[in-house]
Amino acid sequence: MEHLELFLKSIFIDNMVFATFLGMCSYLAVSKKVSTAVGLGAAVIFVLAITVPLNWLLDQYLLQPGALSWLGEEYAAYDLSFLSFIMFIATIATMVQLVEIVVEKFSPSLYNSLGIFLPLIAVNCAILGGSLFMQSREIATLGLATTYGIGSGIGWFLAILAIAAIREKIRYSNVPPALRGLGITFIITGLMAIGFMSFGGMLTGGDDEAAKETKSAQVDELNDTEKELANNTKVIE
Amino acid sequence: MGLLSKKDAKLITDPLADNNPITIQVLGICSALAITAELEASIVMSISVLFVLGVGNVVISLMRNIIPSKIRIIVQLIVVATLVIIVDLVLKAFAYELSKTLSVFVGLIITNCIIMGRFEAFALGNGPWRSFLDGIGNAAGYGVILIIVGFFRELLGSGTLLGIPVLGDPIEKTGLYSIGYENNGFMLLSPMALIVVGIIIWVQRTRNKALVEDH
Repeated sequence: MEHLELFLKSIFIDNMVFATFLGMCSYLAVSKKVSTAVGLGAAVIFVLAITVPLNWLLDQYLLQPGALSWLGEEYAAYDLSFLSFIMFIATIATMVQLVEIVVEKFSPSLYNSLGIFLPLIAVNCAILGGSLFMQSREIATLGLATTYGIGSGIGWFLAILAIAAIREKIRYSNVPPALRGLGITFIITGLMAIGFMSFGGMLTGGDDEAAKETKSAQVDELNDTEKELANNTKVIE
Repeated sequence: MGLLSKKDAKLITDPLADNNPITIQVLGICSALAITAELEASIVMSISVLFVLGVGNVVISLMRNIIPSKIRIIVQLIVVATLVIIVDLVLKAFAYELSKTLSVFVGLIITNCIIMGRFEAFALGNGPWRSFLDGIGNAAGYGVILIIVGFFRELLGSGTLLGIPVLGDPIEKTGLYSIGYENNGFMLLSPMALIVVGIIIWVQRTRNKALVEDH
């Protein structure tokens, strides 16, 4: 149940693209055709599913305050968390290279469809963001970290698939010349993000509980607005 | 322009408008949008990127002849990560509240596409001084958009600028609020950042027809 909840939450509520704007660069650059969008989306799911659990292990046994205590008593006081950026990005970059080599060796057909996208992914914010959110949200077990990685990947996949489909069709609409291409894509993404906000109450049934459970900046913003709205209503009363 | 030749000055001024990294090159949007609900956060983020990109470009440019091209991406990532750790620690030491607001987005400067893009496209092929100017110019172009978005979102969303109320007091009903003005809380939500950037692009391309895309 815990897994299912985190899975749905990372796909819909904390969607990488619509809630936190991660991976926007490749999202905008590679969403002109559905077929390429599917390739990149699949590669993102794949890499997130590997790197998030791996970085969870690193975080748990190497980087957190007191994580080195498995080495012995005298190491318990070490806090290496300032190294997490460099460790995470190095893990991601090496994993991406490794995955590329392994896939090329064992499944040339998969390599042909994913291949060109894999190097791009090392610098995709969604991948590093997945690991950093995993760390800041203090995900408890390795299993949950894997679920979180796969869920976020699927969320990103959904987003890029949807925008690619819309962009293929929008060619036939009469968009003002200055908005064509990039401008209209931004605005559509904004509208889609507003749509995705309606998933907010899906799992907890109420905004108050949801706000307690997630620590993302997004929800903090929502909270502020709620407070403000509450203030406004008081004034009206 | 004693210090800068015309060509060098162009490195700085070009990214500010007609070759802006966000609205034209479409780079670095990832970490840009989520933190623009407040003007202060946008300014701090712009300064951080300015530091990382300026220094990073110089470092990469100095090392450009000794980096084997096969592992250059990893080398670049390590350079950025080191600089970002410095920024993160400085922010935590001197502006703790703000570093909490920015949360993971400071870390995400590492994968900010502007930085990798400039390393690849400029610093690997040019000397340190020109790379420095290029870095400063592009980071400033990024900062300008961030600050414009942050300005409008904070002004329309909470009626303040840098935390100081500028439109009067919404509870006491002074200033603009006395004639029935209300804050638009919607501006504080993240989707509006996208729409504001969309509008900036629209305005820019209406003014400069050469930038219009044909789908």
